[in-house]
Amino acid sequence: MRLGYPSSIRIIRVPCTGKVDVLHILRCFERGADGVTVVGCREGDCHYQTGNFRAKKRVEQAQQILERIGIGAGRVRMCNLSSSDAPLFVRFAQEMHAAVLSAGPNPIRTARRERRAGTQVPGVELPA
Amino acid sequence: MIVAERKPIEEIVEQVKEVRSLLVLGCNECVTVCEAGGKKEVGVLASALRMVFLQQNREVNVGERTIERQCDTEYLEEIRDMIDSYEAVVSLACGVGIQFTAERYPTKPVYPGVNTCFMGAALERGVWAERCQGCGSCILASTGAVCPVARCAKRLLNGPCGGSTAGKCEISKDVECAWQLIIDRLKALGRLEEYERLSPIKDWSTDRAGGPRKIIREDLRS
Amino acid sequence: MSPKTPSKLEKILRAGHLAVTSECGPPRGSDPAHIIHKAELIRQHVDAVNITDNQTSVCRLCSLAACIRLKLMGLEPVLQMVVRDRNRIALQSDILGAASFDIHNILCLSGDHQRFGDSAQGQNVFDLDSMQLLQTVRRMRDEGTFLGGDPIQRPPAMFAGAAANPFADPFEIRVPRLAKKVAAGAEFIQTQCIYNLDKFETWMELVRDRGLHEKVFILAGVTPFKSAGMARYMKTKVPGMDVPDDVVKRMAGTPKDQQAKEGLTICVESIQRLKEVKGVAGFHVMAIEWEERVPEIVERAGLFPRPQV
Repeated sequence: MRLGYPSSIRIIRVPCTGKVDVLHILRCFERGADGVTVVGCREGDCHYQTGNFRAKKRVEQAQQILERIGIGAGRVRMCNLSSSDAPLFVRFAQEMHAAVLSAGPNPIRTARRERRAGTQVPGVELPA
Repeated sequence: MIVAERKPIEEIVEQVKEVRSLLVLGCNECVTVCEAGGKKEVGVLASALRMVFLQQNREVNVGERTIERQCDTEYLEEIRDMIDSYEAVVSLACGVGIQFTAERYPTKPVYPGVNTCFMGAALERGVWAERCQGCGSCILASTGAVCPVARCAKRLLNGPCGGSTAGKCEISKDVECAWQLIIDRLKALGRLEEYERLSPIKDWSTDRAGGPRKIIREDLRS
Repeated sequence: MSPKTPSKLEKILRAGHLAVTSECGPPRGSDPAHIIHKAELIRQHVDAVNITDNQTSVCRLCSLAACIRLKLMGLEPVLQMVVRDRNRIALQSDILGAASFDIHNILCLSGDHQRFGDSAQGQNVFDLDSMQLLQTVRRMRDEGTFLGGDPIQRPPAMFAGAAANPFADPFEIRVPRLAKKVAAGAEFIQTQCIYNLDKFETWMELVRDRGLHEKVFILAGVTPFKSAGMARYMKTKVPGMDVPDDVVKRMAGTPKDQQAKEGLTICVESIQRLKEVKGVAGFHVMAIEWEERVPEIVERAGLFPRPQV
């Protein structure tokens, strides 16, 4: 269809979203990603039956952890579509792009940059 | 198995606030099964900690390792070389493993990354319930294999109390009345008349009350 | 059978009279005036007064001290003792303490779980359960020895009682449970307050079938409703309580300013019906925070004056 979607998005392909572990999501943020979307088959259509349900749960777990450590739950989300639904993919991509813009840069990236520049402000408190 | 639950990350961060390098040490047994301290949980905690330390402007080296059991000196020896690179250990093993690790490496601070809760089993994934309190003097033969010590909130040996309602304990609708379970089980086994047997006063000296316990099998010692 | 203890309650029961007991909750403080006042209100109308033991796990002046206070006032106390808060050492010790003041009645109870009270974070004990406490009381009295085996200097002459709840679950073991308590040594029983008279009569029938009514004195518990709200609360919020719909309806159908009076009437009617039930040896009138009504209930139920023994 040759539809365009924001160029800030990198796609990592997996055989099924059931393969995505909580740790994979966290490591993305550890390395400085501003947002992660896990895109799986529509619920009920999973090629491997329940892979996308597992992914959904893991995304929820990741959201809880990210919220507690000050990164923000809104940066990771689960989306479902059929593989032929390009317009929906574009919409998801644009939504993530917008969510990340409003959330701002990943504090990890900012912290690393400031550390290299020697300008980091000490001691960020964890949310209660 | 021993069932534990992950400590809130804020608590762990507070424990290691002075530390510049730490090893997150997992265990492949009970805490893996109850998804609190196995290799996966080690990875997740280590990643989360790194992100916290970065935001706190603290340069902390976070290592990860999971060994077969922390309650066994044989496996604890495996980390003898690597542990020198770390100032402290956050152990995700049960309370036994945490202490054993500290005993093995007495000059290394070992902090708990989980709360060890009880001896129990999984009712379904994500739900674990207590079944045994290790009283040291098992009476399951007389209660149809339902333990009133672990499952009755008042550990009554001649229950139920007057608060048992519709098979639930007075403390919560989510807690089954152990004595209802015992009665149902005795009925199913065709032994309900045993209910009237008076259970004698228990010898709690084999329980926690008698002091820290030890079992010595002379026939097994070298 | 002649009385085994100097207990006035035992004497009255063994003489064949319908006994009347009531109860007082001690204050949440150290001022005994509260207990003295309540006891004075009811002293002519009851044979013995129970003092509750940190009921609902709320810290109060201890039952033992309040019982001593009553004894010094010339009343007959019933020491309620729960096994939630004391181990076997403290239980035996307190029994001796009570006996040293010539307190001769004890009610052996489990105790509500501490989750209900103001100390939900506390430990509980449950070294013994209520049946084992009964056994302990009887052993101390009849064998004159401590649980550990040593002899007791002046064994406590305690008339031993327990509670029974015909309305708790499961119903099928409520009579076997009573049989167990009798086998453990219970000599008198005070039941949970009765609103479902039909169910109670069914329970009594089963009790009589086993001859238990001749082995233990059963005192039927009654509590007057102060309001329709109280009736509804007890129906829905109190475990082990059976309040039939028609009783709640009767209270709710009464105008608000008449509800207290209606509650008292229901209570009196219950007593009168229960008097006819074979095996009921007396009544335990629990008028929580309404002790001033006990005399009226006892008089209207035809149980006044109390027999002198």
